[in-house]
Amino acid sequence: MFVTYLRRELAGRRKQTAIVAIGMALAIALVIIVNAVSSGVQLAQSTVLASVYGVGTDITVSETPAAPTEGEAGANGPQNFDFGAEDGATTDGTTTVSQARLSVDRATTSFDSAALDTVSGIDNVTAAAATLSLSNTTFDGALPERSTTDTGTMPTGDDAAAGGTPPSGGPDGAGGSSFSVDSFTVLGLDPADEAVGPLSAVTLTDGRSLERSDAGTNVAVLDASYATTAELVVGDTVAIAGTDFTVVGLVTASSADAATASNVYIPLDVAQTLSGLDAQVTDIYVQAASSTDIDQIQTDIEAALPDSTVKTQADLASSVSGSLSSASDLVKNLGLWLSLIVLAAAFLIAILFTISGVTRRTREFGTLKAIGWSNGKIVRQVAGESLVQGLIGGVVGIAVGLIGILVINLVAPTLTAGSATTEAAGAMGGPGGGFGQAAVEATTSDIVLQVPVTLSVILIAVGLAVVGGLLAGAIGGWRASRLRPAEALRSIA
Amino acid sequence: MYQLTNVTKKYDQGKRSVTALNKVTLSIPDGQMVAIQGPTGGGKSTLLQMLGALDRPTEGTVELGTSNLSKLGDGPLGKIRAQEIGFVFQGFNLIPTLTAQENVETALAPLGIPAAERTARATAALASVGLGERGSHLPAELSGGQQQRVAIARALVKEPAVLLADEPTGNLDEQTRDEIMELLEGLWRDRGLTLIVVTHDSAVAKRAQRRLLIKQGVVKEIS
Ligand SMILES: Nc1ncnc2c1ncn2[C@@H]1O[C@H](COP(=O)(O)OP(=O)(O)OP(=O)(O)O)[C@@H](O)[C@H]1O
Ligand SMILES: [Mg+2]
Repeated sequence: MFVTYLRRELAGRRKQTAIVAIGMALAIALVIIVNAVSSGVQLAQSTVLASVYGVGTDITVSETPAAPTEGEAGANGPQNFDFGAEDGATTDGTTTVSQARLSVDRATTSFDSAALDTVSGIDNVTAAAATLSLSNTTFDGALPERSTTDTGTMPTGDDAAAGGTPPSGGPDGAGGSSFSVDSFTVLGLDPADEAVGPLSAVTLTDGRSLERSDAGTNVAVLDASYATTAELVVGDTVAIAGTDFTVVGLVTASSADAATASNVYIPLDVAQTLSGLDAQVTDIYVQAASSTDIDQIQTDIEAALPDSTVKTQADLASSVSGSLSSASDLVKNLGLWLSLIVLAAAFLIAILFTISGVTRRTREFGTLKAIGWSNGKIVRQVAGESLVQGLIGGVVGIAVGLIGILVINLVAPTLTAGSATTEAAGAMGGPGGGFGQAAVEATTSDIVLQVPVTLSVILIAVGLAVVGGLLAGAIGGWRASRLRPAEALRSIA
Repeated sequence: MYQLTNVTKKYDQGKRSVTALNKVTLSIPDGQMVAIQGPTGGGKSTLLQMLGALDRPTEGTVELGTSNLSKLGDGPLGKIRAQEIGFVFQGFNLIPTLTAQENVETALAPLGIPAAERTARATAALASVGLGERGSHLPAELSGGQQQRVAIARALVKEPAVLLADEPTGNLDEQTRDEIMELLEGLWRDRGLTLIVVTHDSAVAKRAQRRLLIKQGVVKEIS
């Protein structure tokens, strides 16, 4: 009887069934899509993070930058290129000068590498690696030769500094000057560390990676896309701080779209020597024994190294910027609220329609009670109807949701992600006056959003359909159970 | 056998209280056909609710056989209705989405009767009211008289001891009214039911063995 009655009721009241089911279907489709997009965005975020920080990295440690002391031209001050009178080479009335600097980014502070031992000694740390993040800036200038209009004797340094007759040489032949500044990022890392750190998440596309025996030698591994821009291949040399390095390998991020952490990778000890930062590092990458240890390790490192900034993957995720981060925010805020509101509306529609259905069927249920149907039997009937309406909505909703996900994956929207690791602007003072330039570009990458369909999303949808149906059914059933059997005798007015 | 003793039923309507039945004492032997007449609002339906275990009196006792209906809870009252009492209503009260056959089967659903037996008994009940061919029709596809026959089949399929009818011919024309009354009378005679019919219609009431008049909640015998 239960099944017959249920079937007849749903088929006989198609409009009510359709409205409740459609409301439920819309809500469930939305929940599925929002949920799936949200995990797609998270996936993209972890892809970006993995390519920048390495796969196994749970925690990074860096020094909290201190404000530079007034008047102190330290490593973090503006970069000055000073040229003496004898610097440069002169041909055809033009003096060309070139200088390269390898230094720590302005936003970064280096610290004693002894911190690595401290970190390695902390409980539940399985691996730790220290790196020195530097940027190499090359200044090339061409300026008029100072002595061409002079008396014919080579000027002494003092004479040149004192000035002379107006210059006529230079690249434009009229005493003008031209300067160019080129910079790229250099990461010094211990070639012996392979488990954790920036190079743990990259794919070798050509040559070889850095090896233990590379310590102390002038070899470099390049980010493949940087190598393309700089027109460098394996076997070429790249000048870092005026020293030639042999390019031994090219790497790309494991996920095709993201960039790697740095343009150039060289052995840590060489980087320290070249930059004059002996036994100094800028970042420590830490791998935890298990994800449950991360909080403890973070606390312990902060206690052991009070000046340090300790970031977990969760903190790192918030450093991903760009449209990926906007998408993430959008999904988290708008998507969540929208699906909650639509879900609440759908539940409300289901409840209201069930209640109005029970009210309309007062005489029907009164009659059934009068001929001996128990309350339980009637409640089961009402709840069963709502549950099936919810489930129909659930099935339709899952179908619509899956189609929505399919459409998103076919459209495959591209998101740009920047990881805010190396954003700093450097002001440089040169002979031609002060000018500013963005010293290091933020690492940006394009990620194609791929939305995964997971079993859990489907289960959540089915669960919501059941909950919605049962909620409406429980409320409707409760109303029906309170009807008096004497309602059956009410004359039809 | 019904035994009503000092039955009073009051309805609270806000501050006012309506006395629908006022100290009614009445006994109805098994197998009797009783007509209940009276002006509108006199308390006919209220009395039928007491007899049909649909409601409990405010005061007094209602006994059906050995059961005291005024003391039983909702569950036991429901069981008595399911087993002992058949109802026929003025408005037919069929479930609009169920077929005639299924409507008759609803009366057997609370009795835990297996599906096959349910179907057979419902088919037989429909045949006994002259609707053997109409089992698969929805109520909306049947005339008023046919709907009331389905309702009578639903009331009788469980073979109750008592059949209660509240204005069973109130919505029917004269011709159909007589057909339905003849059907009810025939069933009463054949099955030895107690048949209690509430009616405005003297033509209907005249067929009964015994006639009661209810005015302002007070019952009088009409001889
Ligand atoms: N559920 C209720 N709540 C309040 N008052 C009620 C209720 N049911 C009946 N009454 C009142 O009790 C009195 C008797 O009503 P009842 O329905 O028994 O009359 P009736 O004789 O069946 O009338 P009719 O011929 O119009 O059907 C009336 O005054 C009615 O208003
Ligand atoms: Mg009445």
